[in-house]
Amino acid sequence: MAQEFWRWKEYNWRDPNESWKNGAFLTGGVDVGSVSTQAVVMANGTLCAFANMRTGSDSPDSSRKAMNWALEGTGLTMEQIRYIVGTGYGRVNVSFAHRTITEIACHARGANFMYGPTVKTVLDMGGQDCKVIRCDEKGKVSAFLMNDKCAAGTGRGMEVFADLLSVPLEQIGDLSFQVEKEPPPVSSTCVVFAKTEAVGLLRAGWPKNDVLAAYCSAMSHRVYALLERLGVENDFAITGGIAKNPGVVKRLEGELKLKALTPRFDPQLAGAVGAALFARTLAQKEGMA
Amino acid sequence: MIANYGYKDGSGEYFIVMDTDRCDGCGDCVTRCPAGVLEIILNDYDEKVAAVTDEHRRKLKYSCAPCKPVSNRPVLPCVAACKPEVLRHSW
Repeated sequence: MAQEFWRWKEYNWRDPNESWKNGAFLTGGVDVGSVSTQAVVMANGTLCAFANMRTGSDSPDSSRKAMNWALEGTGLTMEQIRYIVGTGYGRVNVSFAHRTITEIACHARGANFMYGPTVKTVLDMGGQDCKVIRCDEKGKVSAFLMNDKCAAGTGRGMEVFADLLSVPLEQIGDLSFQVEKEPPPVSSTCVVFAKTEAVGLLRAGWPKNDVLAAYCSAMSHRVYALLERLGVENDFAITGGIAKNPGVVKRLEGELKLKALTPRFDPQLAGAVGAALFARTLAQKEGMA
Repeated sequence: MIANYGYKDGSGEYFIVMDTDRCDGCGDCVTRCPAGVLEIILNDYDEKVAAVTDEHRRKLKYSCAPCKPVSNRPVLPCVAACKPEVLRHSW
């Protein structure tokens, strides 16, 4: 089979120190996105296990798969998780969740946990949409702006470009800096038009890396406009898969003239972590913990 | 919370901006909107507030167009109905 350049690595993780299993109050968060699904298990508010995988075409199934994968090797079953919150684009499909909460609230809460309480502005660059969220020191949302109408400036667009240029998705960021001179950004916002434009650039003799650079800077430019609309207050953090693409992050930092914080965990987990934290609060409210 | 519902595309920015801290969830805007764009929801922090329905979030430009004639535009019915001044259109 031909190499699938867009395919990023799915993985799971669990805390090797297994003492967390003993008598802790376990909560779970599942973030079913349009492209990726994350499941997180927390014990008394600390991260213990998680899984990060592709959503695929069957989101009820992928939410269950992700949770089971996160629990793999822990000896625990889903029934032992006392409270589970579903979030993300496909949150209604998390059949085993006790409650659903929007990804906006979950990302703010998750970013507050992962980047610390100084975070005031969160940019979530997801698989198929991007959102700007302003929050307070407790991770409560004070303002948000979402653009869910099109996939420009998102992970899906990066996947399309990885495929078009036969560059593994994870390498796009680094390669986009290996250019002689920073090229002008791709002018089309739409992924489909941008792809057409990129094919034209390749035909005109542009090296691959220049096309990548042009696309990364177009993406950074596009989310910058979104950020400007809501206003950016320091500290600033980026969540979602694109946060792992330095080609976009560094260019955006340049435009904003400020640095994004470094996360303690995979930035793709923010939504699921937020959901698991909400689960804990809700369980406490309902007198379970 | 300042909630921005809507989108930006090649033709412009179309957002309905809600200051939910001012909203008492009375629902006057919901009944006055001829296109059924608005609804009252229980948000993530368990507050009863007005929001734009999922169905309309991606087509506000068209949903709201009948209330926005090119000339002699009256005050929008949703804006006029809202006593606490929660609601604003970006275009």
